[in-house]
Amino acid sequence: MLAKRIIPCLDVKDGRTVKGINFEGLRDVGDAVALGSKYAREGADELVYLDISATQEGRNTFTHLVSRIAAEIDIPFTVGGGISTIDDASRLLDAGADKISINSAAIRRPELIDEIASKYGSQFVVIAIDARLTDGQWLATTHGGKRNTDKELFAWAHEAQERGAGELLFTSMNHDGTRQGYPCDTFARLAEHLRIPIIASGGAGSIDDIADVLTHGRADAALAASIFHYGEIPIPVLKQALAERNIAVRL
Amino acid sequence: MIAIVNYDTGNIRSVTNALARVGCTDWVYTDDKAILAQADKVILPGVGEASTAMAKLAERGLDTFIPTLTHPVLGICVGTQLMCQSSEEGNAQCMGIFRTKVRKFQPHQPSEEQLSIEKIPHMGWNQITDLRTPLFKDINDGAYIYYVHSYYPELCTDTIATSHYINGFSGALGRDNFFGTQFHPEKSGAIGAQIIKNFLEL
Repeated sequence: MLAKRIIPCLDVKDGRTVKGINFEGLRDVGDAVALGSKYAREGADELVYLDISATQEGRNTFTHLVSRIAAEIDIPFTVGGGISTIDDASRLLDAGADKISINSAAIRRPELIDEIASKYGSQFVVIAIDARLTDGQWLATTHGGKRNTDKELFAWAHEAQERGAGELLFTSMNHDGTRQGYPCDTFARLAEHLRIPIIASGGAGSIDDIADVLTHGRADAALAASIFHYGEIPIPVLKQALAERNIAVRL
Repeated sequence: MIAIVNYDTGNIRSVTNALARVGCTDWVYTDDKAILAQADKVILPGVGEASTAMAKLAERGLDTFIPTLTHPVLGICVGTQLMCQSSEEGNAQCMGIFRTKVRKFQPHQPSEEQLSIEKIPHMGWNQITDLRTPLFKDINDGAYIYYVHSYYPELCTDTIATSHYINGFSGALGRDNFFGTQFHPEKSGAIGAQIIKNFLEL
């Protein structure tokens, strides 16, 4: 049976991960490769590395890091952050990324999705949407939720799929960071509306939250950061608990 | 020495990285028949569309040459599909090493109570069962491996691993010295590494 995926997300700045505590046996939590390897060994199904560097130098460091990740890590990984041209995508593919996620750049210029997907295939392109519920309507935002756009979530997700995105990573800005759970009804509506897999992100505070979005929310995968980085819910504990709830996971 | 078949299908880094992780750095990337014939083992990677990939093999005369090899050959993903009789993707006539055809997944109409909707491509971790041949030495029945594909080889007498998504299909095929995985051993964690190691030890 196809397993539901658990995906830790690592934020990287100037080549180093920025969140997290020092786990036992892991001296340098800033070492993005070591932290990713640890998650992979613990049973993470994929990894997402997000580059939050603001400088060109930081981005070059990130590309170098991607080749090191590809050499070390034996599960699929997605990279995102600052990808705004097909050249950015090519550079990361050449470095060994399995997928790239694009967000603001696709809102500015939706054709970017078509260009990358037609060159490298839909399986390489994840469309990331950060949306906020305002007056009953989900609108996409950019710049980490700081700027609003007029793109409606369902229409934009559908357009991205038609342009060739192979997967949707949806974050609710109303829930992100709250640890109160995911908007499961919205996820379920997205699942009915789209034919590409959906990764749920933003809001996980407990095992129950993740179980809910993978069942009632009909999401294919759950992505989280802080619950893993701060050691609150270790991946093996999470996966065991999901298996006990009869959710198909890779143990 | 391992020869990785170069037929211009793009990035082989994930394959060479996986070889390096199991300690194999002695590989060449080539379309030279003499080198392919001399290598200890041959890997046929695959990315892209089947009929285009088949045309690229044919341009190099490799479509008729690969079936004549007598040492172990491993196809991966589309590489494996090209070793079947035909593929529905671009109506490709393939090499006919494995006695099966490659078809496109046809999802069922989703029902209200279904928690997982069948999506194309089949992407993520799924299980392999009914494992045969030394390619799966020390691998448990039901092990999880990583898939990304929209077309699948049908079950047949050459099936050496079975997976299920929408319908049963060949997760891996084997016949004489030829092997092929529809999944990606190079992205399948410790299980995938063991499968690669097993191939190198054949």
